[in-house]
Amino acid sequence: MISLSEYLLVGALLFVISVVGIFINRKNLLILLMCIELMLLAVNINFVAFSHFLGDVTGQVFVFFVLTVAAAEAAIGLAILIVLFRNRRSIDVDELDTLKG
Amino acid sequence: MTFQHFLFYLFTFFAVGAALMVITRRNPVHSALFLVLVFFNVAGLWMLAEAEFLALALVLVYVGAVMVLFLFVIMMLDVDLAALRAGFIRHLPLGLLVAAILFVEMIVVLGPAHFGLSVYVAPDPAPADYNNTAALGLSLFREHLYALEVAAVILLVAMIAAIGLTLRKRPETKRQVVSHQHRVKKEDRLRIIKMAAEEK
Repeated sequence: MISLSEYLLVGALLFVISVVGIFINRKNLLILLMCIELMLLAVNINFVAFSHFLGDVTGQVFVFFVLTVAAAEAAIGLAILIVLFRNRRSIDVDELDTLKG
Repeated sequence: MTFQHFLFYLFTFFAVGAALMVITRRNPVHSALFLVLVFFNVAGLWMLAEAEFLALALVLVYVGAVMVLFLFVIMMLDVDLAALRAGFIRHLPLGLLVAAILFVEMIVVLGPAHFGLSVYVAPDPAPADYNNTAALGLSLFREHLYALEVAAVILLVAMIAAIGLTLRKRPETKRQVVSHQHRVKKEDRLRIIKMAAEEK
């Protein structure tokens, strides 16, 4: 049988891969958004696995809400990206230093 | 190794491999397509965990809607890819170091010692008449109705925000002003001139 720790380690592996993706693609805003989607997916794997092993459907309900918020976040993130590209002609994160953060 | 275990490792292999391709491809279109592959394989993993409704919702919502939105945006923007790749190698060692530390820590915590089969016994397969969608729906509408309505409002706000952010008024765009159209009188448009009749 598949054990809980196998599911959790798959989630951990996907999460770590997306962390590396954020580190090495830190100029490209599009790939950064994709890495965030991948991170949310990795967390959802944990929810589904625990829901299966504890026999409680509430974990799957939570995945439902995470998917909703992730879809909203992708839509607004891409809209901001389009406005940014319209104003700056580039999606380089390093050029976004107007606020001197 | 049972057939389920074989499927588990098959889906895991392709999900992890495609995730690696997502973060290393030069072309964002390829990254988006590999992300679709990741979502498909994770949907397979969720099927194995008896979360059938969520597996199908993942394919429908993510592959069908969110990734298509991503591909739309990628193809609309004319991005200079070479400039965006600068620093790719320079940040790789730091990223790998952080990733290795994270992963080792997670193995220590999540490994078989604490979450193995001896601690969390694998549940019996659900009976044939078990309906995952019905169970999810009952929980959603009985115990989490308020959260569901908040989620609906979040989606509405996101839709309005996305439209409001990207809407722009260009001076050269011609548009109808209905009130002006209604206020027009016959004298503004029609001119009657008198002239003598002409012979053929």
